[in-house]
Amino acid sequence: MMRSAIVRLAGSRYASFMSITAILLLLPLVAPSPFYLRIATLVFIFALAVLGLNLLMGFAGQVSLGHAGFFGIGAYAVAVGPAHLGVPAWAALLAGAALAGLLALVVGRPILRLKGHYLAVATLGMGLLISMVFTNEARWTGGPDGMPVARLALFVWTARGTQTWYWISGATLALGALIAINLIDSPTGRAFRAIHDSETAAAVLGVDVARYKLVAFVLSAVYAAVAGAYLALFDGLVTPITAGFLRSIEFVAMAVMGGLGSIFGSVVGAAVLTVLPQLLTVFHDYEQIALGTIMILFMIFLRAGIVPALAAFIERKPP
Amino acid sequence: MPEFLQFLFSGLTVGAIYALVAVGFTLIYSSSDVINFAQGEFVMIGGMGTYVLAAAGLSLPVAAVLAIVIAVAVGLLLHRLAIEPARDASAVTLIIITIGASILLRGVAGVAFDKNFHSLPPFLGAQPWLVGGAAILPQSVIVLCGAGLIVVLLWWFMNRTRYGKATLATSANRMAARLVGIDTSRVVMLSFAISAAIGAVGGVLVTPIVLTSYDVGTLLALKGFAAAMLGGIGNPVGAVGGGLLLGLLEAFGAGYVSSSYKDAIAFLVILGVLFAMPQGLFGGKAIERL
Repeated sequence: MMRSAIVRLAGSRYASFMSITAILLLLPLVAPSPFYLRIATLVFIFALAVLGLNLLMGFAGQVSLGHAGFFGIGAYAVAVGPAHLGVPAWAALLAGAALAGLLALVVGRPILRLKGHYLAVATLGMGLLISMVFTNEARWTGGPDGMPVARLALFVWTARGTQTWYWISGATLALGALIAINLIDSPTGRAFRAIHDSETAAAVLGVDVARYKLVAFVLSAVYAAVAGAYLALFDGLVTPITAGFLRSIEFVAMAVMGGLGSIFGSVVGAAVLTVLPQLLTVFHDYEQIALGTIMILFMIFLRAGIVPALAAFIERKPP
Repeated sequence: MPEFLQFLFSGLTVGAIYALVAVGFTLIYSSSDVINFAQGEFVMIGGMGTYVLAAAGLSLPVAAVLAIVIAVAVGLLLHRLAIEPARDASAVTLIIITIGASILLRGVAGVAFDKNFHSLPPFLGAQPWLVGGAAILPQSVIVLCGAGLIVVLLWWFMNRTRYGKATLATSANRMAARLVGIDTSRVVMLSFAISAAIGAVGGVLVTPIVLTSYDVGTLLALKGFAAAMLGGIGNPVGAVGGGLLLGLLEAFGAGYVSSSYKDAIAFLVILGVLFAMPQGLFGGKAIERL
């Protein structure tokens, strides 16, 4: 009885949305200290970016090794906007997301014509170019040392403290998941999956392949930019590392480890690669060794990604 | 003119190293479809290993050979423990595995060696040679000659030996290669060993010019990958051409345009090339690997 209810719930398309909401509501009750909420906030923020990337990689089947570039545009928008242009932070956040989306729209058309590893290297180059601008335009961005970010203020209320950002980022992630779920089940989502399986077949069926790839790219850029803006506002500081190559790789690793094509997998992947380094600090010098080993083992034994692999395992088990 | 020559030589020197990393990428990719992001770590093992062994009292040539042997052993272990068990996994899963391996190797190097920057004494002294008004380090010439020799040896191996021909057959069509009795898994193993050796030799040659440390691998892997793609992946000639071109772009970009944007110039050109020629400069017709 209980089991069948769980299975039905897990089978629902909103299962991942409900799981995220449940975690969001329950975690503060069990978290022993604000430190845990801080980690959870980081997980939510990264998960938001990974969710967008998963729309592109897991559903539309296009790889990007440059998503930290869009993440960085969001982060620097909320830093540079208030500091140099006198734009309020919330408007800078929206402008950053719009700018990232616009850039994706402009660059996307030529880049997305490339396939496989050629697409990977082109997106990698795009990400590097963006992060180089942040490093070199020191007059605007503070150069390699980065710059402080003013707090987000709405009218008389100022968003500060871990608690506040926990709820803002968590709610945004839940909303992002809801949008993604609805998108996947729409004609657009079906077009994404058709392109993922075979571009030729999709084109034959009348899917405008170039257009839908572009839609996925722009969407994922906007998700990343919003997440980047949140991280900058939460940390109160941005540096070019925010937009760096390693961050891009980290996003891809999160998406793949959690499970490509799985909404909840994005959250799990972000959680694993955010929490693990925190846990592994007890190993001091051996931290990287442990992290690398765990990544390899995960990918060998759960190669479809953590969430899809576990889901398949549970389904196979007799009731 | 002396300026031009100076940039040319420094570009070729750096480019030779990118070319070696790119050739390593290409070898492993054509035999197994794996993009090995731990390729830069082989260069690091070559450089750091030689430094540490030489510091422990071994003579430089012995230390270098030992470091290369260590790199080959690491390459074989990487294949046996991380790539082979995930043979049927998707391309992106395999990429994450090699990224994990590169983090792991960096961690091991940080513990086993140390986290400082190191150099090796130049093989032919540090007195630069003057050519047409430009100063050329003897070590740069060694790097270029060494890289050239490696490429020639590789060509000879590929076209004149049984194992080389088996590798070529595997990269052309794995199924057909298996049908005519080639042990393709051995071929993949061999390509990991050769790639590791090439990377490590590059690391030994270049360390007297550009310092080495436990974490130089990431940037080299990135540049090598870009070079391989610029040339057209799966094509050794393309890898060498792409590597040299990338090095030259960086050197001339830094010299004539802006040193802080030298990487930007290189990648702008790469993007431009890929937009015009989506298969890279030397890439053949579209080969869809399924």
